Amino acid sequence: MALLTKKDASLILDPLADNNPITIQVLGICSALAITAELKASIVMAISVLFVLGVGNVVISLLRNIIPSKIRIIVQLIVVATLVIIVDQILKAYAYELSKTLSVFVGLIITNCIIMGRFEAFALGNGPWKSFLDGIGNALGYGIILIIVGFFRELLGSGTLLGFPVLGNPISKTGLYATGYENNGFMIIPPAALIVVGIIIWIQRSKNKALIEDN
Amino acid sequence: MAINTEKNSYTVIFATLMVVVVGTVLAFLASSLSDKIKENERLEKQQNILYAMGINQNKGEGNVSFIPTDQVAGEFSKYIKEQLVIEGDKITKDDQAYLIDLKKQATAAKNGETRKLPLFIGDKDGSQYYIIPMRGKGLWDAIWGFVALDDKMVVQGVYFDHAAETPGLGANIKQRYFMDDFSGESILAGTKYAGIAVAKGNNDPLNKIKDDNEVDALAGATITGNGVSAMISESVNMYSDYLETIRVK
Repeated sequence: MALLTKKDASLILDPLADNNPITIQVLGICSALAITAELKASIVMAISVLFVLGVGNVVISLLRNIIPSKIRIIVQLIVVATLVIIVDQILKAYAYELSKTLSVFVGLIITNCIIMGRFEAFALGNGPWKSFLDGIGNALGYGIILIIVGFFRELLGSGTLLGFPVLGNPISKTGLYATGYENNGFMIIPPAALIVVGIIIWIQRSKNKALIEDN
Repeated sequence: MAINTEKNSYTVIFATLMVVVVGTVLAFLASSLSDKIKENERLEKQQNILYAMGINQNKGEGNVSFIPTDQVAGEFSKYIKEQLVIEGDKITKDDQAYLIDLKKQATAAKNGETRKLPLFIGDKDGSQYYIIPMRGKGLWDAIWGFVALDDKMVVQGVYFDHAAETPGLGANIKQRYFMDDFSGESILAGTKYAGIAVAKGNNDPLNKIKDDNEVDALAGATITGNGVSAMISESVNMYSDYLETIRVK
């Protein structure tokens, strides 16, 4: 017996490409702009969202039949906020160093529209296992874009990857900088992320014409 | 029997129950973990103070590396010789001075009370370090740190931290390549306590000029950088009377 049925597998795989939360559903753009100036922050954010979306989708899915529809958005918000605060508090007590790195992301995770979007669009109408897979799939799809954007912005903007200089030293002009190459300061400010995301959307749609809306 | 989740009475009961449950869970968690969290914060303060005066495990030009938490209490009492509290003209010794909450003191000062200013005197290999805690505003939230001065008011080391600056941009004030630039700069311009400005385009990316009261800024983090400049200048000015007594001694 396969671990995942075909339908289950598509819940994970679809958001990676043809139903990507950032490039197709256009969710989570704000955090994709805010924290992708370097690769490390992108990776941390991707992992955090993976956890919160996976667990949050399961919780919402379990509660889906008893949540009053009038206040469902508030309920969803409380579930995310509670989850994030619990994790933050536990990390502060038992893994203080890690919590220092993550604390900046707490606010960004709670307000991330991918999380609310998947609760609303999927977890409220599906069982816990499917919701879990959907959460993981969408978080991975989100994470991939974040990491791609972070990779290019850090490489072109600072000439480093994960903090390691890969293009030489811009101040003492070694490596690539000896040829007159300069870091592009524009890449580290948020508008550059929009352009990188735009290019990804462009490439994706030119590869798969079915994604282009006709109007 | 299915529950009618559309009824108003159900909505109110659900909301009430949820608030009670979530509130209880969070309150229980917060109170059971608060001792541990406070202890972590206390050790972190000691690590930060020692870091500023150069007691750390930095290697080469890499990452910030503190004294490990299990050794920090011992090192702290070994290197920090005196902790003072400056309250107007009154200077008292208090070995818990590093726990003074600067935010509360700033609020107290606004309400017309005299601000308690903690200051730590460290001793490493016979040289004295005067370490001043600082607190200010970044782009999104608070920034804070420590600056260690020698008796000529030359910076021997700094440590910065922040609550919520942008990762990759303003958050880099706690990176060594930014903090290390401050060492060797004087906070004095002539005899005025000018602090050190985080300057854009000062044509000194390697920070070789040490008498300009300026360090090279972080690209894309103008407001955080301005916050750091303001924080340093405000803090050293609050301590200037005391620092002047050390300098002219």
